[in-house]
Amino acid sequence: MTEHEEDTARAYDHQLVRRLAAYLAPYKWQVALAVFVTLLQAAVQLMFPWLTKEAIDLGIRHKDLYALDRIALLYLASLLAAFGLGYAQSQIMQGVAQRVMRDLRTTLFRKLQELPASYYDKTPVGRLMTRVTNDVDVLNEMFTSGVDALFGDIFMLIGIIVAMANLNVELLAVTFSVLPLIFLVTMTFRIRVRKVFRDVRSKLARLNAFLNENLTGMTTVQLLGRERRNAGEFDAINAEHRDANLLANTYHAVFFPLLEVVSAIALSLIVWYGGRQVMWTGITLGTLVAFIQYTQRFFRPISDLSEKYGILQQAMASSERIFELLDTPVDPAAVRFDQPAPSPPARDGGAERGLRIEFDHVWFAYLGEHWVLKDVSFTLERGEKLALVGATGSGKSTIASLLLRFYTPQKGEIRVDGRPLADWNAEDLRQRIGLVLQDVFLFSGPVEANLRMDDPRLSREQVVAAAHEVHADEFISRIPGGYDGELRERGASLSAGEKQLLSFARTLARDPDLLILDEATSSVDTHTEQLIQAGLHRLMRDRSSLVIAHRLSTIQDVDRIVVLHHGEVREMGTHAELMALEGLYSRLWQLQYLGGRQGARHTAPVVTPTDL
Amino acid sequence: MLWGILCVAAANLISLAQPQVLRYAVDDLYTGVTAEKLGRYAMMLFGIAIAAGLFKYAMRQFIIAISRRLEYELRNELFEHLQTLDAPWFQSHRTGETMSIATNDLSAVRMMLGPGVMYTVNTIIVSAVSIGFMVSISPRLTFYSLLPLPLVSLSVWWFGDRIHKRFEGVQARFARLSAHVQENLAGMRVVRAFTSERRQAERFGEHNRDYLQQNLDLIRASGVFQPSLAFFSGLGALLVVWVGGREAVKGHITIGQFVAFTVYLGMLNWPMVALGWVINIFQRGLASYGRIHAILMTAPSIASPEPAATPRTPGAPEAPVAAEAAITFRNLTFTYPGANEPALHDVSFTVPAGKTVALVGRTGSGKSTVLSLLPRVFDPPPGTVFLDGIDVREWDLGALRARIAPAPQETFLFSATVAENIAYGAYDAAPEAVQAASRLANLDGDVQGFPAGYETRVGERGITLSGGQRQRAAIARAVLREAPVLLLDDCLSAVDTQTEEAILQGLRGEMRRRTCLLVSHRVSAVREADEILVFDRGRIAERGRHDELLALDGRYAALHRAQQLEEEIEAS
Repeated sequence: MTEHEEDTARAYDHQLVRRLAAYLAPYKWQVALAVFVTLLQAAVQLMFPWLTKEAIDLGIRHKDLYALDRIALLYLASLLAAFGLGYAQSQIMQGVAQRVMRDLRTTLFRKLQELPASYYDKTPVGRLMTRVTNDVDVLNEMFTSGVDALFGDIFMLIGIIVAMANLNVELLAVTFSVLPLIFLVTMTFRIRVRKVFRDVRSKLARLNAFLNENLTGMTTVQLLGRERRNAGEFDAINAEHRDANLLANTYHAVFFPLLEVVSAIALSLIVWYGGRQVMWTGITLGTLVAFIQYTQRFFRPISDLSEKYGILQQAMASSERIFELLDTPVDPAAVRFDQPAPSPPARDGGAERGLRIEFDHVWFAYLGEHWVLKDVSFTLERGEKLALVGATGSGKSTIASLLLRFYTPQKGEIRVDGRPLADWNAEDLRQRIGLVLQDVFLFSGPVEANLRMDDPRLSREQVVAAAHEVHADEFISRIPGGYDGELRERGASLSAGEKQLLSFARTLARDPDLLILDEATSSVDTHTEQLIQAGLHRLMRDRSSLVIAHRLSTIQDVDRIVVLHHGEVREMGTHAELMALEGLYSRLWQLQYLGGRQGARHTAPVVTPTDL
Repeated sequence: MLWGILCVAAANLISLAQPQVLRYAVDDLYTGVTAEKLGRYAMMLFGIAIAAGLFKYAMRQFIIAISRRLEYELRNELFEHLQTLDAPWFQSHRTGETMSIATNDLSAVRMMLGPGVMYTVNTIIVSAVSIGFMVSISPRLTFYSLLPLPLVSLSVWWFGDRIHKRFEGVQARFARLSAHVQENLAGMRVVRAFTSERRQAERFGEHNRDYLQQNLDLIRASGVFQPSLAFFSGLGALLVVWVGGREAVKGHITIGQFVAFTVYLGMLNWPMVALGWVINIFQRGLASYGRIHAILMTAPSIASPEPAATPRTPGAPEAPVAAEAAITFRNLTFTYPGANEPALHDVSFTVPAGKTVALVGRTGSGKSTVLSLLPRVFDPPPGTVFLDGIDVREWDLGALRARIAPAPQETFLFSATVAENIAYGAYDAAPEAVQAASRLANLDGDVQGFPAGYETRVGERGITLSGGQRQRAAIARAVLREAPVLLLDDCLSAVDTQTEEAILQGLRGEMRRRTCLLVSHRVSAVREADEILVFDRGRIAERGRHDELLALDGRYAALHRAQQLEEEIEAS
């Protein structure tokens, strides 16, 4: 909301309009048709006062009933035409507007899929949401209530002037002598009203923000006894909002009657001056009446014009923000929507399964010179199981992010199957990698869709089989609806262990060449621990596995272990070798198993300090 | 309000004189008139506009302004009432829904009281008077010209309702579209790791198409609406031109009357539109008021006891007395509302005034639940939790909470300055006191580094506090609140060991002055407590002083050894 408050921008920006116009290009014929219909519609609107004039002059004054009937028929025809044209105009123009908005949203959404991970580290999700939804809707408002009506209004005004000039130029000049007055009144008040409305909007935004914050933090408010004080603060903002509204109301209360007074002046002038003309120079009574009607039709569009100016201003500000996002450089590893998806990796089975990973003197920092990885080198052979261990903050998870090309290392090189990572098509690479994270992210929707991750290549049988193999089907059958049961947002109704089993199943279903387990069993309770161990065992079979673990129980049957400490590789080798070394690893091992000594239960879960 | 209605009446009655003047002017023009007489007519038209304008000004100032004042009062009332509702209520009502009631519904009620009332009165008076004038000119013509008018009201009412429904459909689709984007952005890494971008884009495309379709549906309804209004009211004008023209030709009415008639009919147009609109406003306004009323009528389930029922209520001490507060938990078994399993089983312990009891145990073992029951965030069963020997349920709620200074695990910071946030529970504290509390919580150094020091606003222009800073702010907040009971709920979990030690040093002085319940997962934080309770699945598994528990060689001892080793590894 506050972002919109700062819209003091121009209402017209050549470059922005050109970029926006590009989105209209596919619909240029519809737009042309809409403009044409708008013109026709304005012309029809101008018929009515003229027909009234003809009715008076030809029909009533000449006592010609036949002429009156003809005019009435023409009047009816014009009414029907106005109806048809009005409907057509709104359908064509708004239909185009809605489709343009759809195209723009699609473009924006795809753009979001292409932005680098570092962009998401810096930008709050809420702000990106605003781009795709609200900012596009502001443009929508411009299209639906602003621009096309603006055309219509301008045509109408020109048409009225032409029609009036046709009837009597002198009378037109007299009537229009009030025009400067109209502009003066309108402009003075619109400027004030726009300001006071901006004020009302920002007060309302503050009011709602305060309310929202208090609802969210109500327990804190109540525990700290702030109710009275906050009621006072709310009252103050509420009163400001009321007063801003009262001021806006005062402006309205002055503006609308004043506009009517001005239009009454025009009417008086027509009666006074036009009446004299009727008496002495012989313009017809019908012309006079038509003039009165044209004048009345003239006022409304004028007062609308400045309001539309405000809508245009907002739309320009929104489109500027939208294009700014669209101009953000994309991630080199982003999916290429303009190219077809790479074919899935061939599955020939046998001993050749898995990927070979090499880290060759890799240095990486998220920010400046704060190295998270310092000169890290290790190799993961095809089919090997390698564990990365170390305390929190040692850089283990960063290694997974680099392998998936979420980030690019500053120094050194990572090679997959001998090819530098940067040479791989990221989509192709990621299809070969299965990632299991500590915090499982599930999508709202059916269980099956979550297991397939919407992948059309996977059949229901395949995912059900995968769920069965990791022992997830037992609890899935307890979810109402089973595989078709709906998961709530982020799987809110499931326990951490259940979510983890689902993530095992969805990873196994994809049958990756390389499996990355990032702290996959940390947040699991005792009960599900054993189930998960069995599932894990199945998951790690027949592929390369990289196990990032805090809990050492998960790495008992890996081939080799890399010990990371403060971003550096400190020790490397098999469990036996590292234990013999009596270094960092052996101490970590002792730490983990100390907890196991309590009581005599050997199957007891490992107690780590963070668990207690 | 009455004045407002009178103004509406006056404004309309005066405006309605205008066509009469026009009528006489036109008739005179037809038969011959002097320049002075024309001038007089012109002046009358002008005068009428001025007089009517004044009353229209007064009308808006009365009625609309009153509706704004009522809106203001209703909003205050709603806010004050929401503040009395309890944690279980807020858990069962989503913030978004409550917000919608406090904004959309409130504004629907305002529309009913303001424009709704104004246009109702307006419509009644304008219709009555102008139809009266029209009948006085020609009853027959009036009958014909009014024939299509009810269609105007009817179509506003009918289309208004449909458009509103389709608009709600559009909003629902919009919400779904937003939810999809939100989920996509939140799960961006998973989406990319699983190369789901294309499928996500397809799904978005489906939602996008739905939204487009719903919008086109809306346009189809709203696209008919405006033209059909113009058509129906134009039909009235047509009948006047045709039937009225015939009457004029036959000499039943004068040309002036004919012209006046067209003007009256034009005046009736807007009230007819307004009529249909007003009906919708009232329908929505009443439904909205129902929802607001339901909240206002909800009595909080956690509140101070009725004065008559509690002879033992210790008054309402506004300022808490110094350190004299003992806490007792007696055979407490507690189940969260809506849960099947109790979160706490048969918990009993006492914290003598001025002493500290520490609670340790796994996540979910019930430690935080114990702390939340003392200030009645959730209500313990009667006769289980006592402060100063009095059941917390019998305390005046404000007085009870005034004696407690909580530092929760999850700190809620408000979008106010750092200083205001620290002084949130003690808002008249002097700046020096704020800084002293902040220094004690080891936050002062961080705050000095902010662009505007203590006057830096939280959450604005990218100034966000880290998890550790938030926790320290919570500690400062609790310390500054001069309450005899201090509740520290694992509020050091996000700070490193050295900072923790520094904070503990400062806190120990405070803890000796007060009665303290301390939750932590670090032995270093709890070792000096007067009693340590080890929680396991809602029960107290071990209890005693630090050395007693070490000698017991159970869970606590294991935790102690593990942490010692961890420190060694960290140091290597």
